[in-house]
This record gives sequence, C-alpha cells and structure tokens, in this order.
Amino acid sequence: MINFEATELRLGLPGGNHGGDMAMKNNGKRGFSETVDLKLNLSSTALDSVSGVDLENMKEKVVKPPAKAQVVGWPPVRSFRKNVMSGQKPTAGDATEGTEKTSSSNGATSSAAAYVKVSMDGAPYLRKIDLKLYKTYQDLSDALSKMFSSFTLGNYGPQGMKDFMNESRLIDLLNGSDYVPTYEDKDGDWMLVGDVPWGMFVDSCKRIRIMKGSEAIGLAPRALEKCKNRS
Amino acid sequence: MPEDDEDQSPPSDLRSQPPCSPNKSRNCISSSSSQTFPDHVLENVLENVLQFLDSRCDRNAASLVCKLWWKVEGLTRSEVFIGNCYALSPARLTQRFKRVRSLLLKGKPRFADFNLMPPDWGANFAPWVSTMAKAYPWLEKVDLKRMFVTDDDLALLAESFPGFKELVLVCCEGFGTSGIAVVANKCRKLKVLDLIESEVTDDEVDWVSCFPEDVTCLESLAFDCVEAPINFKALEGLVGRSPSLRKLRLNRFVSLEELRRLLLLGAPQLTSLGTGSFSRGDQSDEQGPPDYAAAFRACKSVVCLSGFRELMPEYLPAILPVCANLTSLNFSYANISPDMFKPIIHSCHKLQIFWALDSICDEGLQAVAATCKELRELRIFPFDPREDSEGPVSELGLQAISEGCRKLESLLYFCQRMTNAALIAMSHNCPELTVFRLCIMGRHRPDHVTGKAMDEGFGAIVKNCKKLTRLAVSGLLTDQAFRYMGEYGKLIRTLSVAFAGDSDMALRHVLEGCPRLQKLEIRDSPFGDVALRSGMHRYYNMRFVWMSACSLSMGCCKDVARAMPNLVVEVIGSDDDDENREFVDTLYMYRSLDGPRKDAPQFVTIL
Repeated sequence: MINFEATELRLGLPGGNHGGDMAMKNNGKRGFSETVDLKLNLSSTALDSVSGVDLENMKEKVVKPPAKAQVVGWPPVRSFRKNVMSGQKPTAGDATEGTEKTSSSNGATSSAAAYVKVSMDGAPYLRKIDLKLYKTYQDLSDALSKMFSSFTLGNYGPQGMKDFMNESRLIDLLNGSDYVPTYEDKDGDWMLVGDVPWGMFVDSCKRIRIMKGSEAIGLAPRALEKCKNRS
Repeated sequence: MPEDDEDQSPPSDLRSQPPCSPNKSRNCISSSSSQTFPDHVLENVLENVLQFLDSRCDRNAASLVCKLWWKVEGLTRSEVFIGNCYALSPARLTQRFKRVRSLLLKGKPRFADFNLMPPDWGANFAPWVSTMAKAYPWLEKVDLKRMFVTDDDLALLAESFPGFKELVLVCCEGFGTSGIAVVANKCRKLKVLDLIESEVTDDEVDWVSCFPEDVTCLESLAFDCVEAPINFKALEGLVGRSPSLRKLRLNRFVSLEELRRLLLLGAPQLTSLGTGSFSRGDQSDEQGPPDYAAAFRACKSVVCLSGFRELMPEYLPAILPVCANLTSLNFSYANISPDMFKPIIHSCHKLQIFWALDSICDEGLQAVAATCKELRELRIFPFDPREDSEGPVSELGLQAISEGCRKLESLLYFCQRMTNAALIAMSHNCPELTVFRLCIMGRHRPDHVTGKAMDEGFGAIVKNCKKLTRLAVSGLLTDQAFRYMGEYGKLIRTLSVAFAGDSDMALRHVLEGCPRLQKLEIRDSPFGDVALRSGMHRYYNMRFVWMSACSLSMGCCKDVARAMPNLVVEVIGSDDDDENREFVDTLYMYRSLDGPRKDAPQFVTIL
C-alpha cells in the first residue's frame, strides 16, 4: 500500500504515524517528560497534536539553566486563578508558560486548545469542545454521543469513523436516518468527519455539525473518491 | 467569596440502620411494623419536635436514639449534606430522607484542582439529579462543589423542580452558558444563581436574556467566573426588574462604564458587589472623566466588594466611599502595588475578610495590620505562582499581621521565605486561629534566617492554637513536625501535606495522634506501607485519604482493600504505561455504604 501521506507536500510533520523521524522525536519527548514532568501523554505509535515546530520551541525554553523544573500542581494555585494571572502578566515567554493548563486540558500539549463549536440539527443548544482532548475518532464519537445523548449518532462499527474509508459502509450510513458528523475545514468546505487522518482533522476543523445522514449525501462524492484512492 | 469546606459534623451523615436498643423507651420496641395508637401519636409528637432541629450534628445524634427516632428524623430532615458523593448512592438518599428541600453535595477531592487527577474521573451530578427528579419534586436548593455537571443535568433540574430557588455551583465544570440559559428561563422562582470559580464553556448563548420578562425574585446573581461576553442591555433590564437583588457579581466582560450604569440603577439595595473588569474601554471622554466615585457613593449598603479583574489602578480611589463599611474585600485578581493599596486600606476599619495578591508586599500587610483590627480571615495569593519567583511577602508581613490582627481565625499565605520565629509569634498572638495554611512555594525550603527545618514553627501553631481544625504545611519538615501534630493537633479535621517528612513515622504520628482527622491529603512525601497500615483503625471514621507520589506498594493497597470491605480503594494511574512501577501513583480511598462506584474511568483501578 502506497503511503499516500508521505508523498504529499505539506508543512510540518505528517499527521500520520509513519516515518523514521518519528521514533527519534518520540525518544526526545520521553526525555522531556521525565525532566520537566510536562505529562505530554505521547505514545510511541501516534503523534497526534504536537507539531515538530512546537517541539523545537519547547526544547529551547527548557534548556535555560536557571529555571527550575516545574512540578505539576505546585504551588497549589487553582488553574482558574493562574489563567487570570497569566493573562495579566506584561511579559510572557519563559519555560513555565503553558505547562499548567486549565483542568480540562490536563495532560494536553503545550500548544493551545482547539475549541470548535458543535451543533446538532434539532438540538436546542450548541456546545464547544476542545479537539485536543481526544486522540482518535472513536474518542470524539464517544464524547459527542454523550453530549447529545438524547439523539442517536450513527453506529460506526468497531473501527469507529474509519468506516468512512469503506465505500459500501459509507453509502449505508448516508442512506439511513441516523445522524452523521460533518465539519467545516479551513477552506470553508464541508466534509464528513473521518475523511482524513486524525491529526490533520484537528488542525483543519473549524466547526462540527451533526446532521441527518440523508442530508449529508451531498458530501459523499469527495469521501467516496478518497475511499477509491486509498484502496 | 468561595467558602472552604469547613463542616462541623462528626463522620457519616448517613449510616445503615442502627440496632434498636430494647433498654430504651418501651414504645420503640413495637415501632418496626405495627401501627398501634401510641406509636402513631408518638411519631406525630416526634415529628413536631424534631422539625426544630437544624444542625446536622444534632440530627445525626437524634437518629441514633432508636429505630423510631431514626425513621422520624429521616422524615423531617429537609437539608442534607453529603461530603463525598461516592459515599452512598442516590437511591439510599431518597430511601432514607423523604422530604428533602435542600442538598449540598461535594464531589472530587481538593487535589484535583491542581491537575493531580486526570479529567473525567467522575463526580457526575447526573445520577443525583435524575433520582431526585422523581423523589423530591419540591426540591428548592442545590449546592454543588467540585462536581461534573452537564447542560443536560441543568435542563433536567430546571424542568423537574417547579419551586426551585437556589443554585450554587462552586468549582464545578462540564456545563456551559446554554445550561445556565435553561435554568434562568425555566426556574421562575429562582432567588440565587451563584457560579463560583467554575469552568463554564462559552456556548455563545445570551443567557441573560433568558430570564423571564416580568419582575424576578432574584436576590443573588454571581457570574464572575463565566468567561464569556454578556448582553449588557439585557443585564441592565434584569437588574432594573429585580427589586430583591442584594448580591451581584459581574464578570470581566462588564466594563467600568457599564458598572457605573448598573450602580446608578440598583446600588442602594446591593450588599455584595463584584465589580467586573474595573477598566474602561476605548471611549472618548465626552465631558471629562466620568465620576465613578459618585456611583460608589450610591452604594450605601455594600459590605462585600470583589472583582477588579483587569484593574486600571488610576480608578481605584473611586471605591473609597464604600471602604468604611466594608467587611469583606477581595483584591485577589488585581495586581496592586503598595502605594496604590495603602490609601484604600487605610479606610477599611471594619474589614473582617481580606483576600489579595502578594503584590501589596510586606508593606501592604503592615498597613492591613495597622488598620484592620477586626480581621478574621486573610488570604494572600501569589501573583507569580512559580517556585523560583521573587517573593514580595515574607515573614515580615506575617509577623505584622499577627501583631495587629489578634482576632485572626483563618489564614492562607503563599510566600517564598518564612521563619520559625514568625510562626511562633503568630501562635501566641492569634489564639483564635482555626485554619492555618502556609505555602512556602520553594519545596523543602528551611527557615531562611536560621537554616533549620520549619518544625518548631508549625509545632508552635498546633500547640498554641487550641482551636485549630485545618492545617496545611510546607517548607522543610522532618518527622518531628509530625510528632507535634500528633501530640497537639487534637481538633484537626483536615490536613494537607506536600514534600514533607522523612519516614513512615511521620504519618504514623498523625494517624495515631489526631482523633478528629477526617480529610487527609498528602503528595510527594516518603510515606509507605508501614504508615498506611498503621491507620487502618481510622479509615472508616474518615471522609477520605489521598496519597499521591508517595511510597505505597500495590500489594499493601490491596491488603487494605481486602481488610476493609466498606472502604473504596482507588488507585489512579499516570500516563505512563509502565506496569513495573514500584509505587502506586495515586491512592484515593473513602468509606462507602454502597460499595465501589460503577462509573470509574479506565485509569482508575478499584481494588
């Protein structure tokens, strides 16, 4: 199988998890998490949210000699208060900025949270979620199901939203009356969630709309084409 | 201002049925099943008498007299306090107490506030609200602390309780402005909506406009933690049609100019005011700078002042007209220098509660000591909360406070330098201290003058402050400090320890010596299996024990779990996959009447 992503031109690291570079960078990250206890929560198989650029910045900041490594949760000041204070500070830019996050993004990386609005057709209110909290489409699907629990999301099967890669399954879903999640990407195009590798999705998703499968049919052609390209 | 969880009751609000003692009132023996005339009368009489009992302690005591009293007390208790939401199931609550109007429920342990626990640990409000929706349609008040509350939960609450009056959410999360909108809209009798230090997502819903259009019953509206812009026009309208409004705490999206307009509307009735951002937008001055002091002059009843989230210091003197009346002042979000601060505090003679940042320096604390003779509670937070930051406050400020504020009862103090001498002085000068929480931000830091451990200082505090119920220690501490705690800390209920002690003996001293200990939270201290085992006679009488980054083995935790079936022993993993870790990351254990919870996430192992 051709590694499609590896041949594509893009900035930064591929959202996927291939390439020898990854292993090296992973080891580097392990070292960091020991010395500075940033709790980056990275496994050796998936690089989800940290781009190579961020990593280099962190490296520089951490190596500064006089700054002591900061310990999680110390001093014991609540995140809310810390956030208010850091918003008021005149100068930013030392190693400790960004290591303590709000409680909802504990364990998240040093890059900012990626909040997107999630609306569901027929639901009285919309919600905001932080995509950086999730590592896979299945996680996202679980979270959305919980949030809009009075409505049923489509059953994605054991592979979660990756089922979109399977052409016939995709057509089944779109013909049913269950809901499917769609999203608006950076270019303003509406796509089916699950179209692209997770990392790329997190970077490009601007908002999510959960609509009835039958309404999402119009988005199918692009997804179907991608399925064909992959097989 | 957010209250700390100080409760005075003995352990276990809810127990399984106590045995009926046949030696007690003869009437009791037949109470279990028969409906004979004397019993019926006795029940009625008891009901009428017990309804006057308000205090939890008294009610708990009454319920132990005999089965009849237990039953009748359960019928007449209208306010229920549950200190740990996992100590019992919602079903047990509704089975025992039939006429609850008010619930106070606490969830996560306090160390979760400092990112020591992964998110999604639990403490979900959902099962509680769905059970109560059916059992207590007359419910009026819900007060939650550190619970996970969703918008769906709030919607169910708003729909299920037509007489609902008070919602207080302290340090909660999981909901957004859409949930608040439903509550505002559907709870027509709402008097209190207080959101305090909670994380509220911005769903871009105009919740202020969702309040009903006629005159409201609102007495208290606190939304200073809501990080979302509001519809100011709607807020003006709301304040205008809320004649009972006494407490209003605005968020930072309300400017100084908007505050001024609100105060001109409703200032004379307000007793508590959160001032919002306290800064101006980029407006041109139409007729010179506006007279903000005039707005504050109208605040004749304000005794509690907070906010100042984006303070423009040149406007601070506008609050001078209210200073003489203030009993509570919260500057803890404002970076105020000593020079700005001194003229203000100089007028605050009646101040009892004062929160501030350490930016006021030792000099500012000396000014507090000189003026605020009625001070009961002082909290000094760090502007720069890092271990190696510059510390503008030190033992000098603490010493001054101890000499000037003799009535001090509660202290929270973040600093970089401290001495035993200052603590010893405070222990003698402030005998009324019940809460003493000192955070020397540099870990293991000794007395910076003598170089010795901080044992003697904390020892003096526990020895001389005879009313002490809550203690948090820091700095370099040896086992000796804990020996003092065990020997003298007879009333201590809550103890927080971090980076302290030398050996298991330290924890043993505490577990064996402090009979009233209820809540124990320890992190990064060298306490191991021997210490844990030494407390097994205590754990059923405590609300919880938290130990993270200590030296506990999994085997020992399993032993404890096996030996104590009514104790839920949770081991919370870290992010590392390493299964060969020598020590348990985090141990959190608590007694429970209904066994281990069913909603534990993957990273929690219940032994």
